[in-house]
Amino acid sequence: MSDTFILDGEEIPFEPGQTLIEAAKAAGKYIPHLCWHPDFVAHGSCKLCTVKVNGRFVSGCTAQAAPGQNVENRTPELDDKRRTLLQLLFVEGNHFCPSCEKSGNCALQATAYELGMLTPHFDHFYPDRPVDASHTDVLLDFNRCIMCELCVRASRDVDGKNVFALSGRGIDSHLIVNSASGRLGDTDFAASDRAAKVCPVGVILKKRVGFAKPIGARDYDARPISQHVKESR
Amino acid sequence: MSFELETADINPENLRRVAIDPVSRVEGHGKVTLLLDENNQVHQVRLHIVEFRGFERFIQGRPYWEVPVMVQRLCGICPVSHHLAASKAMDIVVGAAQLTPTAEKMRRLMHYGQILQSHALHFFHLSSPDLLFGFDSDVAKRNIVGIAAQYPEIAKKGILLRKFGQEVIRITAGKRVHGTGSIPGGVNKSLSKDERTELLKDAYTMVAWSREAVNIIKQLHQQNPALYDTFGAFRSSFMSLVAADGSLDLYHGALRARDADGKILFDQMDYQNYDQVITEEVKPWSYMKFPFFTALGPEAGWYKVGPLARVQNCDNIPTPLAEYERREFVAYAGGKPSHATLGYHWARMIEMLFAAETIKDLLHDDDLEGTDLVLSGERQKEGVGVIEAPRGTLFHHYRVGDNDLVTMANLIVSTTNNNQAMNTAVREVAKKYLNGREITEGLLNHIEVAIRAFDPCLSCATHALGQMPLEVSLIDAEGGVISRVSKDSDGLRRLT
Repeated sequence: MSDTFILDGEEIPFEPGQTLIEAAKAAGKYIPHLCWHPDFVAHGSCKLCTVKVNGRFVSGCTAQAAPGQNVENRTPELDDKRRTLLQLLFVEGNHFCPSCEKSGNCALQATAYELGMLTPHFDHFYPDRPVDASHTDVLLDFNRCIMCELCVRASRDVDGKNVFALSGRGIDSHLIVNSASGRLGDTDFAASDRAAKVCPVGVILKKRVGFAKPIGARDYDARPISQHVKESR
Repeated sequence: MSFELETADINPENLRRVAIDPVSRVEGHGKVTLLLDENNQVHQVRLHIVEFRGFERFIQGRPYWEVPVMVQRLCGICPVSHHLAASKAMDIVVGAAQLTPTAEKMRRLMHYGQILQSHALHFFHLSSPDLLFGFDSDVAKRNIVGIAAQYPEIAKKGILLRKFGQEVIRITAGKRVHGTGSIPGGVNKSLSKDERTELLKDAYTMVAWSREAVNIIKQLHQQNPALYDTFGAFRSSFMSLVAADGSLDLYHGALRARDADGKILFDQMDYQNYDQVITEEVKPWSYMKFPFFTALGPEAGWYKVGPLARVQNCDNIPTPLAEYERREFVAYAGGKPSHATLGYHWARMIEMLFAAETIKDLLHDDDLEGTDLVLSGERQKEGVGVIEAPRGTLFHHYRVGDNDLVTMANLIVSTTNNNQAMNTAVREVAKKYLNGREITEGLLNHIEVAIRAFDPCLSCATHALGQMPLEVSLIDAEGGVISRVSKDSDGLRRLT
């Protein structure tokens, strides 16, 4: 019999070595997240998965589950902080959902809906981030990057190509392409790479297929993102 | 060059300025300024478009497949028209000038849903208060709420006609406003049997109600021809798309233009070459461009588009009830083109009937349930898409680089095509109704009635960032002009 911890008043079983988010997902419980993906080493950077364990804030994607933990997850206090984090992500980039082909399939947008984000609240930065269309099959629209580094991890750890990296510090941090020219077209990146399919927002896009999925059939049209976690366990 | 009443013939500092700001019951924001002397003689009338959108510029650098969705944000009233015009241009870019039957019919259904809802909105919500109550009736009643109180059946049918059109759009495009149904080379969905059944349930009622709407406006014309035939009337050329056989087709065709007497100026002109026949002029007092037929020049080459142009430009309408009404319209005009500004309403309702009949016919077509949705062929660098939007001929022209990003966009929006026509109409009304009289709200509404007849969508029409002409005046405390500087597409110049 496995050990258990308490998540929002419910007993959740876990295996030794599982993180809180892994155990929650296995039990069909949604802890909001953006930079975490079950196929990659946890990163702990977006902080959306912040939960309270016995009254202390921790990242759910990096904290190990332990017997007897009392974990608060979907509380008004935590969701309020998550909403603020989302608002910061929205204003730091250029996220124009109405004309974005990722709309309806976008984890950032779906998480914002899940958490009831109604306005950006903060002033927009409107950063100048050019589009990289140099690759034959894949478009990079840096405007929407949230620096989750899933593409960095996928390209490095799965594809073995190291195509992407973060550069700059603090507020100047940004995603770059590892080539002398800085252009995707000058790398060995391929549309079949794992990194081409892992972006949770609309940065890495297969060319010429945008909007092929009609409204109503998109990932988050029928069910909110929290329900997807329950169905994919 | 300048038209009569476009620029005051005497020093404007000695004239009184009256502004209608904003023009109400139109889409978008515009204002009219009048300059009057002490005897209330009108010396200058201008319809200004005071908002600025700039889509032509910020589409540049975006991937071409995003454009049909992005450009819809031009407007919340006829986004489908922009969606489809851009899609048609991108069809050319992806080498799919000819679509699959399912894709073309889905788009047609979407478009005629748009025509139906927009025409119903304009006639019932925006214009019927003027037409049913009178131009200078009680302003508190002169709105859709007043119509609902006094003519509840008319108001109800108007609202439900619009709702049906929006349902057609929702089912074909995914949303009532700003859907994504049309993509370069085709569509992303077809109809299910249930969706067809749901729409067919009401389709025949919509035909019947559209017919009643034609009768309402027809009777108004027949009851008061002195007003309806002359109000804001002016002679001009006119243009629209027509099908290969010369019949009315609002989704696709070739350009046909006639002069004011109805003589053909050009016909079956492939719109891919529209820039060979149309030139756009900028003026320092408006964000909106002034297009004209190149061969005739700016003075004689301006024209009108929209329902009045289309119904008189085609040889026939391919649905029986609308064709019957078209013939009656033509007979009423005495076999010559009608240039009555209020005739726009009558022609618009004939088109609404045509749209309702077309939707009904399309819904019986099994191709709508097909699964062959998208085609592509040899990639092109440039494409033009033209459609007859509710307000008139709509041009979308794009160039796309080898990297799939848009490098150039040019939009000639329906309302832009009607720019000079609307200015002329309001000047005609100002001359006839305002000259020498004490200005009242009712009289000023006459100006708005003339503008409303064109159903202008002012927000759609202003996009040429970087070419915008601008004039700045420095005025001293006594109101005297110290200096004026103007900037136009040729650069900055000091006027005084």
